[in-house]
Parts: sequence; C-alpha cells; structure tokens
Amino acid sequence: MQNNKSDATEKVIVCKDLTKRFGDFIAANEITFDVYKGEIFGFLGANGAGKTTAMRMLCGLSVPSSGHALVAGYDVYKQTEDIKKKIGYMSQKFSLYEDLTILENIEFFGGIYGLTRKEIKEKGRSLIEKLDLQSEAKKLVASLPLGWKQKLSFSVAVLHDPKIVFLDEPTGGVDPITRRQFWDLIYEASARGITIFVTTHYMDEAEYCDRISIMVDGKIEVLDTPSNLKRNFKSTSMDEVFYQLARSAKRSD
Amino acid sequence: MRTLIFLLRKEFKQIFRDKAILAIIFVMPSVQLIVMPLAANYEVKKINLAVVDNDKSTYTQKLISQITSSGYFRLQSYNASYDQAYEAIKSDNADLILEIPQRFERNLVRENKEKIFIAVNAINGTKANLGGAYLSTIISNFNNDIRMKLTVGSRFSQAPTIEIVSSNWFNVHMNYRLFFVPGILALLVTLVGSFLTALNIVREKEVGTIEQINVTPIKKHYFILGKLIPFWVLANVIFTIGLLLGRLVYGIIPAGNIGLLYLFVGVYLLAALGFGLLISTFAETQQQAMLIMFFFMMVFILMGGLFTPIESMPQWAQIITKFNPVRYFIEVMRMVILKGSTLRDVASQFVAVIVFAVILNSWAILNYKKTN
Amino acid sequence: MKQFLVFVRKEFYHVLRDKKTLLILFGMPVVQILLFGFALTNEVKDSPIIVVDYARDVASQSIITRLGASQYFKLKRNVLSQKEIIESFRDGKIKAAVVFPDHFNEDLEHMNKAQVQIIADASDPNTATLVTNYVSAIVRDYQSDRTELMAVPYQIIPEVRMLYNPQLLGAPNFVPGVMALVLMLVCVMMTAISIVKEKEMGTMEVLLVSPFQPFLVILSKAIPYIALSLVNLGAILSLSAFLLELPVKGSLLLLIGESTLFIICCLSLGILISIKAKSQQVAMMISLVGMFLPTVLFSGYMFPIENMPLPLQIISNVVPSKWYYIIVKSVMIKGVGFMYIWKETLILIGITTVFLWVSLKSFKIRLE
Repeated sequence: MQNNKSDATEKVIVCKDLTKRFGDFIAANEITFDVYKGEIFGFLGANGAGKTTAMRMLCGLSVPSSGHALVAGYDVYKQTEDIKKKIGYMSQKFSLYEDLTILENIEFFGGIYGLTRKEIKEKGRSLIEKLDLQSEAKKLVASLPLGWKQKLSFSVAVLHDPKIVFLDEPTGGVDPITRRQFWDLIYEASARGITIFVTTHYMDEAEYCDRISIMVDGKIEVLDTPSNLKRNFKSTSMDEVFYQLARSAKRSD
Repeated sequence: MRTLIFLLRKEFKQIFRDKAILAIIFVMPSVQLIVMPLAANYEVKKINLAVVDNDKSTYTQKLISQITSSGYFRLQSYNASYDQAYEAIKSDNADLILEIPQRFERNLVRENKEKIFIAVNAINGTKANLGGAYLSTIISNFNNDIRMKLTVGSRFSQAPTIEIVSSNWFNVHMNYRLFFVPGILALLVTLVGSFLTALNIVREKEVGTIEQINVTPIKKHYFILGKLIPFWVLANVIFTIGLLLGRLVYGIIPAGNIGLLYLFVGVYLLAALGFGLLISTFAETQQQAMLIMFFFMMVFILMGGLFTPIESMPQWAQIITKFNPVRYFIEVMRMVILKGSTLRDVASQFVAVIVFAVILNSWAILNYKKTN
Repeated sequence: MKQFLVFVRKEFYHVLRDKKTLLILFGMPVVQILLFGFALTNEVKDSPIIVVDYARDVASQSIITRLGASQYFKLKRNVLSQKEIIESFRDGKIKAAVVFPDHFNEDLEHMNKAQVQIIADASDPNTATLVTNYVSAIVRDYQSDRTELMAVPYQIIPEVRMLYNPQLLGAPNFVPGVMALVLMLVCVMMTAISIVKEKEMGTMEVLLVSPFQPFLVILSKAIPYIALSLVNLGAILSLSAFLLELPVKGSLLLLIGESTLFIICCLSLGILISIKAKSQQVAMMISLVGMFLPTVLFSGYMFPIENMPLPLQIISNVVPSKWYYIIVKSVMIKGVGFMYIWKETLILIGITTVFLWVSLKSFKIRLE
C-alpha cells in the first residue's frame, strides 16, 4: 500500500516540539513530525490521546502553547488565515449545513474559498456525478443517510483543491462498504497531489496510510510505515501494534 | 466582498426555510403589538367600594350616588359593620371602604363638622393613592354643594377661588395606547433582533458548523456582517409592520418625520444586534444564550422607561439607565411619534446609540475567536 | 424508586454543572427585587416643570415658591413665549408647564376668581395625571391658606387610612409579582428547554428505551428545577424580609404549600410545551409567549385587570400566575388564612390537573 510519490521530499507540514497545555493538563506534549506532499498520513491514538488537539493546532483553530509548526509553508502562530486558504477540513461532528440543499452547500463553501461562479458550477456538477447524487442535489442535506453525508462532506472539503486536507475521524459510524468508498475518494484526492492528514480509530484504515504515527498520552510514540511498524513490533496486524502501545497509556476518557 | 454575498445568501436561505422562525419573526410581534397595548393601562377606574352607612340619611344617599356616578367607583356591597366590609377587603372583593358614622347628617348640621372614614387597600400604592384622592375630591365637592345650600347669600359662598384649567398636550384624550404602542414596538424590535442574532450564532456553535467556518479563510468581520445584515433587514421589516399595525389598529400616525425614525432605527439596530452578537460569543449553548439574553433584556426593559418613568428613579438608577441602549430607543420613538421631535431634539440620543453600536460590535468582534 | 433517584441525580449534575445558567437563575430574582425595590416607581418625584408667569405678582410668586419647594417638582428656567413652551416639550426636557395669566392677583382679589393653566405632557398619561393632580393640590392649598382666616362651616373631614401599606411603598405590590415571574421562568422555560434539548441531541431516545417508565424519565428532569425554584423562593422571601422590610405576615407554611402547588402547575405546563415543541428555539418562544407575557400582563401586578377589555379579562382567568399572585398577596401581605384563598387554590389545582392530563395524554400518543 505504499505509494511513494515522486515529490515526496517536499514537506507540507513541519511540526517541532508542538505543545498545548490546558492548565495543568498537557494535551499535546512536544510532538514532532513532518508530512510530505501527496502522502496519506495516519494520525492514530486512543480517545483522549491528544489527536484532535494536535490537529486543531495545525488547522489554526487552536493556538499552541509552545513549539513550532509550519503548515503549507505558513506559521501556525502568525499566519493562520493563510493556512486556512490552503487547507480543507472535515470534523468528526458532521459540519455541512443540514438546512441547506446539497447544491447550496457546494455553492456556499465554494464561494467562501473564492472559487469563481463558473468553477463552482463545473466542480459542483462533477462532484455530484461522482457521488451519484444527481437526484438528491436539490434535497436538504438533513435528509441524506449518514454515509452519503460523510462522502459529500469530504468532497466539499477538497472542492477548492487544498494542499492538505485534515480529516478528523471521518468514517465514524459508517458501514464497511461506505468506508471503502470513502477511502476510494481519499486515494483519488491523494493522486491529485492533495496531502491527506487523517485521524482514525479503525486499524484496518491505518493499513491504507502511507505512514502512521501513534499518539499515547499526548506524545507521539512511533512514526513509520505500517509494514515497518508491524516488523518492529513483531506483529501480524496493526491491531496488535496498537494494543501493545495503548496498554501503557495512563489516561483515557 | 464576494464572500459576503455568499454568506448573505446562505443566511437568508436558512431563515426562510425555517417556518417556526418565520412565525416567530412575523406573527409573534404582531400579536403582541395588538394585545399588549389593550392590556397596558394604568388608569385607575372601577375601584370596588364597600360602603358602611351607619346613618342612612338623605345626605349619605346623595353622597353615595355622587360617588358611584363619578365613574371611578363601583359599588360592591353595603355592609352592616366595618368588620364585615373589612372581610370583603381581605377576600379581595373590595378595594376601598367608606364608613359613614351614625347621625352623620345631624352632626354635620348641628356641630358644623363631622368625620367620615376611608380605608384603602394600599398594597398597590399608586392605585390606593389615586383612589383615595378621587374619593376625597368627590367628598369635598359634595361638601361644597351642601355648604352652598346651607349658607346661601352669606360671605362663604364668595370665597376667592382659583380655577384650574388643565390641558393635555400630545395626547389629548390621555390615551394610554398612544403612550405604550411606540414603546412596545421599540421593545419588540429589540427583542427579536438581538435574540435571533444571539441564538443563530450559538446554534452554529452547538451543531458544529461554526468549526467548519473557522477553518475557512473567511474574515471575521465578513462572517459577523453576514450574520448582522439579515437580522438588520428583518428587524426593519418588523418595525415597518409595527408602524402599519399602530396606524391601522390604533390609529397612531407619527407626528414627526418617518425618515428620521428609520434613520434612528437603522443605527440603533446595529447596537441591538451587536449586543446579541456579544452574548453569542460568551454562551456555549442556546439555553445559556437565551437565559443571558433574557436576563439583560429584563433589566434593559425595566430600566428603559417603558413602564415606569426614568425621572422618578433615584439618582443612581438614572445613571444606570444612561448605559441602557433600549432607553434611548424608547425615548426617541415616543418623542418623534407623539411629539414630532426633530433631529435636533434627538441628537443626544443619536450620539449615545452610535457609541453603543461601535463599542458593542467591536467588543463582539474582538471576543469572537476563530482560534482559541 | 432507586432507579428514579439515579435519574434525578443525573439531572442534578446537568443543572449544577452549567455555572453561567445557575448564576443567572439565582441572580435574576435578586436583581429584580433590587430594581423593583429601589429603582422603579410610578410615583412622580423631582419632575421637571416650567412656569410661564405673565402675572409676576404676589399670588403667582407665592404659588411658584410652593411649587419649587415641593418634592414632586424641579423648576426649570422660566419661559414666556408659546414657541418656547412647545420647544421645551419637544426635546423631552419637561413634563408640564404652569401658566399664570396677566393680572392674576388682581383678578383674585377683585373678582374673587382667577385662572391657572396646567399644560401636561400627556404622551406619558400616567405622569401627566399625577403631575396635574399635584399642581392642583398645591394651588388649592394656596387658595385655602388665603381664606384660612375665615372659619368654614359644615366641614366633612375625610379620615383616610391606608391598610397593609401605610407608606404606599411599591414593594408589597411587586414582590408577589416577582415571585410568580421567577417561578414561572425557572419551571416552565427551563424545564421545557432542557427536555427538548435531549430530544434534539437524540439522548431522549436512549432514555425512552431504558426499562423505566417514560413519563418518570421526564418527571426526573423536572425535579432539579423544583429544587431550584424552592431555593429561589427562599431567596426572594428573605430578601424582601431583610432588605425591603416586608416579612411574610401570614403562615409561612401555607405560603410554601401554595407555592409548591404553583411550581407543580408550571412544571406541568413546561412538560406540555416540551412534548409539543420540536426545537429549543420553538420551545423557548412558546414559553415566552405562553407564559412570560401573560404573567406580566394578566397577573395584575403591572396593570389592573379590571381596566382591560372584556375578552382579555376572560383570558386572564386561565393564567395560573393571576391566581398565584392573589394568593401570595393575601398570605404574605394581608396575612389572611386559607379560608380566604380556598377558591383561588382550587382553581390552581384545576388548571394543574388539566395541564398534567393533556401532557400525559399527548405523551402516550407520541410514543405509539
């Protein structure tokens, strides 16, 4: 599953000693890693390990307490608004407007990212065709089943061809077939040169990633390709690797 | 600028899709504007009177009939004793007891003076005060009549009298509706505008869509303008409906310039909506937002001079009202609609409201964090 | 029963965890009592007036001095032209103008008759009425002082006694009103919204499939608010006793009992609203329209009910707070016993029964 791309040397995320404290609680403790252009970077960890916090800092939603990070070449302290132009984001809470139709959502988010009217129209049409939603295009998002909403949400998040797209547990509560289709969408985006930064609980999904990091108690414990990890931990599956690491965890939610 | 247009289109679509909100925006204020002024009335009339007539003479009968024909009193019961009448007050059936002593007529004529007892249920102080005053006036008139008759031609009938002529400007018929409709309209416009703004943003927080907005490159002030403009427009629509209702239902035609009214409302709404915005930056849930809004609105309304005059407040309270934007709006509404005041007359209120708009909105923008 | 307590405890956690909400729920009655007790009054004091004195003689000056000395008025600069009078009214600075015509004193002495004109700003009719009354009283005082030397025969002397509230304070009237308002707010609005919130979030379904009677689930949500209401009630009563010097005159036990009845009545209304409403915003608006407004308008502490048009008077009879207001006034201020309020109590019980019956019924329908 490793598809090392040609330009794998260009770093789109550089993260060094990034830390976030909430009072005494250290949600993310000096995390350090780089993400290369076009790769699918898996960000794993048990609940409460600090994944979402780290991701929110990289998206410019949360100001780090200390450390450095560059996202798409911009600083997470000073240039958050520049970062936001270059990234897409899909949160674990479903975040399209339920009381708008599919087309209206596409139009709105396209407009916000500064796409021209023509681009919105073209991209919207191809998006709807790809997801096979032609007959639903004018229906309220609230009426769609969850799986479709997730796929739609992802497609809207990459509508403006961002450099990086951040996905926070994007497949929670979705059936296996839809999950498979969702990953097809991810590969497709990756092939277009979009870097994917994804958090997940599902270990089978971890195997789909180019490289993965596993966070335990706010720290990044390991970072490597899935096959290297399995070899180092003498395991046959990512599940086992994860359990070996997670057993040492002190905090959970 | 283009972003703003996309934001506005989204907001308007959402508002017009939500039927419950539309009803709240258009039906509720209309109903309130029609019903509230009917009920809001401080006039003291129909005071329930319990009479204890221990004399039962021609004089007392005449006095009682003068009282009941005054229009202020409603004869509730004749009672055999004061205690019996007091029971009527206890059970809330009477507001006022008039007790005439035995041999009232005879004593008045023979001894030149006689007392009459009035006991008022004074739980409602204003009502008691006016009720007592009305009754005393009627008794004093009755007294004069009797004196005139008994002393025809003597010097007492020629005591110098000052005739008091009173005229009521701006509201000749002392119509309470004229007084309340502009104030209530001010209140409704404020309530709907600020509540909707606050709840709308907090709802995006609760549902999680605000997070999606926060990772987009939307500029803060565009996002906020995108929220303000739709509700500013809606509040203006409500204001217009209110003016029309005031005219159709209550026949209130603004004495002053309508353009001036709209100009003021336009600026004022920036302050009112800015307040809603500010609250939304503090609240995490709709329940919280609503309660906080409710709390402040209650204080604003009570301290806004809608129901009780600001001049009657103690000095410290009057200073507090200076920090209440609703006060200025109610004042201007009444001044322009009832008295025909001009821009020069309301200039100070204009300045105050502009200051509020600037402060509240800047505070809200500073406090609205895309990052935390 | 044990299960029920588990549910109730969970609800208490919800309520106690939201500090901002709690702060406001407890702050609200305190602020209301303070405002009503110390700031708000319909009385007139230091009302700005102007005098237009064309006469400038002994009589007019003497009356003007009396006006200036009165606590009701504050004399503003004198004006002389009609135009200036109109302008002073327009910019909202004065409440009334008192006009003395030429030869005021002369007329009074030689013709036994003179005229004073009071022009009031009736855009506020209440203040206008009071100001006119007070000016008239001062003028009449002056007049009777002038004739003082002549002993007037055949005098009827009214002796007025103000029962329950001799100083004519505002507090005895509004404290019962604030009680009704605050209890309504906590019980109806908070209950309705917190139930609808669980519906919106989907957690209600989880509770409803638990092996526990659905209606009890809802009831358990109401219990923390009963507790909150009773705490609020205590706060209001102690504030009014210690700060406003207005203690409960009648039986405290009776007052608490009647308040509990009213609280239950409000809760059943809150539950009914929560069953009908689909979203928090709707629940909130229904609560506002369905209870807050009627409470302010129809309980009688703001506006006298007997002055309203007949249809509104009839409507006021189904507003629970009207009856509760009468009950509180009777027990707290007049100090009367149950004998005087059994009718109102019975009506409250009736209204409560209807609310509960309707909500039980619609709740069943919803589950099927």
